Amino acid sequence: MWSMLKQARGFDLMEITISHYLVVSALLLVIGIFGIFLNKKNVIVILMSVELILLAVNLNFVAFSAHLQDMVGQVFALFVLTVAAAEAAIGLAILVVFYRNRGSIAVEDVNMMKG
Amino acid sequence: MLLTGLGAAFFYLFAFVAIASAVMVISARNPVHSVLYLILTFFNAAALFILTGAEFLGMILLVVYIGAVAVLFLFVVMMLDVDFASMKRGALDYAPIGAMVGIVLASELLIVLGAQFIGVGQPGSVASPTPDPLTRTNTAALGDIIYTDYIFFFQIAGMVLLVAMIGAIVLTLRPTRPGVKRQNMGKQVARKVEDSIDVVDVETGKGL
Repeated sequence: MWSMLKQARGFDLMEITISHYLVVSALLLVIGIFGIFLNKKNVIVILMSVELILLAVNLNFVAFSAHLQDMVGQVFALFVLTVAAAEAAIGLAILVVFYRNRGSIAVEDVNMMKG
Repeated sequence: MLLTGLGAAFFYLFAFVAIASAVMVISARNPVHSVLYLILTFFNAAALFILTGAEFLGMILLVVYIGAVAVLFLFVVMMLDVDFASMKRGALDYAPIGAMVGIVLASELLIVLGAQFIGVGQPGSVASPTPDPLTRTNTAALGDIIYTDYIFFFQIAGMVLLVAMIGAIVLTLRPTRPGVKRQNMGKQVARKVEDSIDVVDVETGKGL
């Protein structure tokens, strides 16, 4: 059953070319970048936009990995995933500390100590 | 060209939902909704991963991203009592610049894709060829090379996570405030029998 499913999937995959995946990931990347501009004041949504951008990168890696039949793309995507998780954890920790000190998370106050 | 077939139908479904929910992530008024749409985006991206054959990464995306990172976002959004309505004021000030950058970027990317500029046709030098998925599962194939050829990178990824964990703890750990009861291990270990037990002779008929 499982192997039949895999064969069917492999057959179907012949139709979807790498360009389709690249278009999806390009759109995700642009949405993420636009989100940074749109939610300039809200750090949480900016962090989510960064996650979207990294997701687009991962989608690119995986698509090329499937297209070139090379596992290294998936290995690299795994490391990108690791770094993205670390980045989210540190970013949210900084956010919590900032909120504790200032009572708000407005980004325009971040340059308070700049002379 | 529009594709037909079962796989293509699933591809279009997942891709469309992923992009639509990504748009909702950046445009939702309530950040909690943003996080929930982010989870939907990750879910569909994981489905796209599985569609390409990267099953392990798809599952990791579900476990790590939805299970840990997105829930972390949800915790923080709900923990910080922020007036998000005031934050939305003047949000569209930078939308024209953002739209310009976005349109330029998107059109550049699409031009590159449309021209087939990148030589994706021929795999010139494959570092680690993907084994036949019918004989070796994706997870096993990934494990074959992660723990051999890429072991140092794997270790360094572990170090990155360790540093991130220590950093997050150090950043958010509050200095001790008065009145907070904390565990003092040294005190616990140094505790002796004489200090903690009093043997009292109680006379019959009298209480303590």
